[in-house]
Amino acid sequence: MKSTPIKNWVRIALIVCGISLIAVQYFPMWSISLDAPQYPEGLILLIYANKIGGNVDIINGLNHYIGMKTLHTEDFFEFTILPYIIWFFTAAFIITGILKSRKILYSLFILFVSFGIIAMYDFWRWEYNYGHNLDPNAAIIVPGMAYQPPLIGFKQLLNFGAYSFPDVGGWIFVGAGAICLICVIYEYRISKNSKIK
Amino acid sequence: MKKFNLLLITISVLTTIGLFSCKPKNAGNAVSGDAAGKTYVAPGKYDEFYNFVSGGFSGQMSVYGLPSGRLFRVIPVFSVDPEKGYGYSEETKPMLNTSHGFVPWDDLHHVQMSKTEGDYDGRWAFGNANNTPRIARIDLKTFRTDEIIELPNSGGNHSSPFITENTEYVVAGTRFSVPTDDANGDVPINTYKQNFKGTLSFVSVGKEDGKMQIAFQIVCPGVDFDLSRAGKGKSHGWFFFSCYNSEQANSLLEVNASQRDKDYILAVNWKKAEEYIKAGKGRKQSVKYAHNTYNDATHTATSEILNEVTVIDSKDFNDICYLIPCPKSPHGCDVDPTGEYIVGSGKLAALIPVFSFDKIQSAIASKSFDGDYEGIPVIKYESALYGEVKKPGLGPLHTEFDNEGNAYTSFFVSSEVVKWNIKDLKVVDRVPTYYSVGHLCVSHGDTKNPKKKYLVAYNKITKDRYLPTGPELAQSAQLFDISGDKMQMILDFPTIGEPHYAQIISADLVKNVSTKIYKIEENNHPYVAKGEKETKVAREGNKVHVYMTAIRSHLTPDNIEGIKVGDEVYFHVTNLEQDWDVPHGFAIKGASNAELLIMPGETSTLKWNPTKVGIFPMYCTDFCSALHQEMQGYIRVSPAGSNVPLTGTTGATAPAAPESK
Repeated sequence: MKSTPIKNWVRIALIVCGISLIAVQYFPMWSISLDAPQYPEGLILLIYANKIGGNVDIINGLNHYIGMKTLHTEDFFEFTILPYIIWFFTAAFIITGILKSRKILYSLFILFVSFGIIAMYDFWRWEYNYGHNLDPNAAIIVPGMAYQPPLIGFKQLLNFGAYSFPDVGGWIFVGAGAICLICVIYEYRISKNSKIK
Repeated sequence: MKKFNLLLITISVLTTIGLFSCKPKNAGNAVSGDAAGKTYVAPGKYDEFYNFVSGGFSGQMSVYGLPSGRLFRVIPVFSVDPEKGYGYSEETKPMLNTSHGFVPWDDLHHVQMSKTEGDYDGRWAFGNANNTPRIARIDLKTFRTDEIIELPNSGGNHSSPFITENTEYVVAGTRFSVPTDDANGDVPINTYKQNFKGTLSFVSVGKEDGKMQIAFQIVCPGVDFDLSRAGKGKSHGWFFFSCYNSEQANSLLEVNASQRDKDYILAVNWKKAEEYIKAGKGRKQSVKYAHNTYNDATHTATSEILNEVTVIDSKDFNDICYLIPCPKSPHGCDVDPTGEYIVGSGKLAALIPVFSFDKIQSAIASKSFDGDYEGIPVIKYESALYGEVKKPGLGPLHTEFDNEGNAYTSFFVSSEVVKWNIKDLKVVDRVPTYYSVGHLCVSHGDTKNPKKKYLVAYNKITKDRYLPTGPELAQSAQLFDISGDKMQMILDFPTIGEPHYAQIISADLVKNVSTKIYKIEENNHPYVAKGEKETKVAREGNKVHVYMTAIRSHLTPDNIEGIKVGDEVYFHVTNLEQDWDVPHGFAIKGASNAELLIMPGETSTLKWNPTKVGIFPMYCTDFCSALHQEMQGYIRVSPAGSNVPLTGTTGATAPAAPESK
């Protein structure tokens, strides 16, 4: 039995998601903002698909007190492959929309969510490394203190309050995932119903 | 009837005695209850206006906030400032170069904000040097002195740095007439009348970069030029200079220059003069003057000595200069926002003459002259006069304006500010000042669009206004709220040096363009080290160049050896920080100059001549971080001819002692 093709609005939604993923190449995906009494204007660390941005130099300057390694784009191999992965998903969403196949839709969703989970894990791993692997000769050593920023949400790190949240690119990513999920649920129900018939 | 008269006389005598026996109100009573609320700017909040105030004999320009009266910054201009390394660092020494060599001090009297279409544009501030004649331009992005130009053929640049409505020219007029620089100056002083000349300089200002250039000078008869103002609106193209000592006295001016009932205001048609210069009518004169410019990319000033100016003689042209008689040694000559009224203020006068630009024009057209003064036509007083303000007070000095047709004049002798209406010349209000006000300024008060908000009186005498500090007291400024019908004193604040003229500019025009840091990648200093890897110590004969960096919280290198007595050591310190408000300072024990104060991304150089053998500490002087106190190092100085190799290191410690078996 040949399954029915996916609905047109689902296809359009998938293509729109694919196109909007292009923007992720240009907007920051994640931002960690830091507030302290002597930084009323705040400091921000922005994570793009291909680089880190924001007040990197200032943050590096401050981090040397606690012996944290300085942040450099070239230290993260992820920035060399992330743009390609995003291009891949851009293409995958559009192609899924064109091909109409429900199975491909399911595969896309699983792939996309898996990527999201791996990416967040990877992000957490870097945060953990930077936050814990501190220079033993650092000027400021607070026993038992690590400086791992929150994966998402707020955390107080000495005099700095750190807020970690998705930025424009990240929200687009989350949005694409959510829309994809809705499409999957909808199509899954259709296929279930047609099987019962 | 007689009895009744007697009674009346008795009552009036008693009343008069009663009035006089009552002590006049003191200053405390002059302040009303809501003054505190009007001047209170809550912690962390911004003032509405910047007040750029001349430092007088401090040679600097200070910046206050209004209405709070808080001091924000003292900008070093004409005097050295060891606190900021100004005039001590190798980079800033050339700023104070003149044709007389390095001059470490001057007397800054007047401040002018650059203007576009007759209102402040927030780009530059100008200041004059009253002693060794110069004009300085301060960049309002960095609040630093960017350029200083010396004025030849001058002695005492007082009627300066007043500017035209689009900052086409900033002028200078000589207070002391002197023989021109190309003439033999070795003449008896009492030959003033034959040999001394008064010169007016028109300095053009680059539209984009603000660069100053002496466009031309007008040679006038020897008198004392005092103050000046540009025309505006209809009178744009004209400049008005007050002058005293038309008696041409060379001694005891107090008496000898107060003989004539009237001196003059000189009206100069500078557009006309410009045409003559363009037509090649000027004479090239050989002179010597310094032109110093600061470069933000190299963080370095350069001084150049120039050798020529173009001059025209007021005598040779009958349509550039006209004299208007003005009573009793005129001081201020201020132009109202419309450009029609020119207010003269005789220092010893008991009235204020107001001249009309239109009437001056028709007087010139109809040649309504009263002869000439040394070849310059003198317009008949009545032909130029719009009217006189009668009995305003004693000793009017300076006038500024609001946007409702009122003028505010300071009175030194009667120690008050008097508000009067320009149209009907009637006094509207008066308030006492404490004590003896000199200059005053109104928010945007010399522009085409004054703001009827604040007036500051800069007083010459302080006495009991603050807690006493021995014989030498701070100068006192007083802030008035002029937004209502009555002027209201709301604040006293002490000032540095001796403030003369000042200007009040809307904070919005300046605060948003303020520079926060210098970008390290744009630093083109020849001795910059853009990172710790670029630091080094290099010897060229007896000169040693230390390429040093400063970043929280260490200097690189911080251990320097191989320096010898008799060396000339240059510490080129680059502040590697790229964050707002993280300056580093630098000082060496025994250095005979000053500290350096280096802004983020900047390079400054301290020259040091070690004269003794030993270990010399050096450190960061500006509390930069939690470990500021650790930001220190040592220099080892060896005897002349020593073989200690030249090294500069950071983090190197003594080799570990060999392990004992």
